[in-house]
Amino acid sequence: MNPVSAIRVSGLMKRFRATQALDGVSLDIRPGEFFGLLGPNGAGKTTLISILAGLTRADAGTASVMGHDVVRDYRAARRALGVVPQELVYDPFFNVRETLAIQSGYYGLRHNDDWIDEVMHHLALAPHADKNTQSLSGGMKRRLLVAQALVHKPPVIVLDEPTAGVDVELRRSLWDFIAGLNREGHTILLTTHYLEEAEALCGRIAMLKHGRIVACDTTRRLLQHTNEHCAQLRVDAEALPAPWQARLQRDADGSLRFDFSDYAELENLLADLRGAGVRITELHLHEPDLEDVFTDIMQRA
Amino acid sequence: MSGFPALFYKEMLRFWKVVVQTVVAPVVTALLYLLIFSHVLEEHVEVFPGVSYTAFLVPGLVMMSMLQNAFSNSSSSLIQSKMQGNIVFVLLPPLSYLEFFLAYLGAAVIRGLVVGLGVWAVTLWFAPPQMPHPGWLLAFSLLSCGILGAVGIIAGIWAEKYDQLAAFQNFLILPLTFLSGVFYSIHSLPPFWQAVSHFNPVFYLIDGFRYAFVGQSDADPWLGLLVGGACFVAISAFTLALLKSGYKLRH
Repeated sequence: MNPVSAIRVSGLMKRFRATQALDGVSLDIRPGEFFGLLGPNGAGKTTLISILAGLTRADAGTASVMGHDVVRDYRAARRALGVVPQELVYDPFFNVRETLAIQSGYYGLRHNDDWIDEVMHHLALAPHADKNTQSLSGGMKRRLLVAQALVHKPPVIVLDEPTAGVDVELRRSLWDFIAGLNREGHTILLTTHYLEEAEALCGRIAMLKHGRIVACDTTRRLLQHTNEHCAQLRVDAEALPAPWQARLQRDADGSLRFDFSDYAELENLLADLRGAGVRITELHLHEPDLEDVFTDIMQRA
Repeated sequence: MSGFPALFYKEMLRFWKVVVQTVVAPVVTALLYLLIFSHVLEEHVEVFPGVSYTAFLVPGLVMMSMLQNAFSNSSSSLIQSKMQGNIVFVLLPPLSYLEFFLAYLGAAVIRGLVVGLGVWAVTLWFAPPQMPHPGWLLAFSLLSCGILGAVGIIAGIWAEKYDQLAAFQNFLILPLTFLSGVFYSIHSLPPFWQAVSHFNPVFYLIDGFRYAFVGQSDADPWLGLLVGGACFVAISAFTLALLKSGYKLRH
């Protein structure tokens, strides 16, 4: 076991006036993980990230990045961390290259041009290097924020809603790049509203609600959390075999919905339908996805 | 001090990119003051014996421009970054609060000095250049720009909206600079206001600075240096404490 966690938070509490933004959050993220932090708006995701980044101070509890406490050893902690903020912010006084050179300088990196060129290339910013940041499109500004978070090659990268407002094609190239960084050993902490992105990318996921962690497990085990399957079917008969009438719900479009947890139940349904001479004209199966798991956990929590 | 040069450079580049607004405009404003007041008062006022009103006014205007622009540089940079949200770019890196302070202060001092130099250059047309005490000139310029640069950092951190900063500027900085002997000697004031002026640190800054130009002053320049120095130390200590606490920058 690696003694140094990429991110470790323990018993974090934070209150903003009447809201308890974080209510005792503990997490341990190992180096090299691709970790997802999910939760509805106001669950405390951004507060947690702000504490890691030193933008917000916790009322109680501790946080560290690569073993460096974010308060006591803030310089080492911040050097190890790259944060892509949620807000689409930029400094209208500078162009793309200046922005990245200045940001490098804040980390004490004077001659960082080779890496800046590489990052700009990967994020398709190279053609816009000399453009003022004010004239960039929303997607380009977002990618510039990603580039700014990477100028000092941080081992831990935090992305707070990085794909909000980014079109599909760019989103894909952004994820390819981030996934590549993760393969090279960077630890990624991601918050997103796009659950299918989290499902596809994250090895482990924590779900936050009202400042508490309500679930934290590998994505695979979370997906097994619910065994609620669903079949959507259409039949050529009005009447169904008696025992099934209560189990099948008729949707507005006339199709029938069958919720089951064991495939044997589906097997039985199909056999009884065949036995009653009812012919199936359409059949769709829905496997549970992260959205179902998320909804389920959030409702129970 | 690894991140300081970059933040200092960024602050310098920021005002230099809009040099017409940050340097040329205040020089033109000061020139207008000079034209109007010296035209109206040159014949009627002699503040110090043997010193023309224009020669009296020039150091006051140079100083006023330095004070206002040093304040303006740090305060407007901070409020803009806060309003835009790009203040996170300097809050995320491992910059210490001392580096933060020195970078914003340094750029404010440079902006003040550049504007002061510009104002002085254009006034050379109107008042013959004289400089009996260049050492005092340097001391009071640096001190004044330093004090107002630090006050600008405080104002920029405190203000949450542009109008709050404007209030700070209009109700504190402007009266303080106008009523501190830019246009007149405090000896022309009623005794009460003369006494009040001696509690105004900006009066000592302008008075000492003028001593460098014309060799005469209302107060002893050494006293001015003491007052200015004490002010600078106190305000800097307060600003550093503010930055260290994260007041309004880190929640």
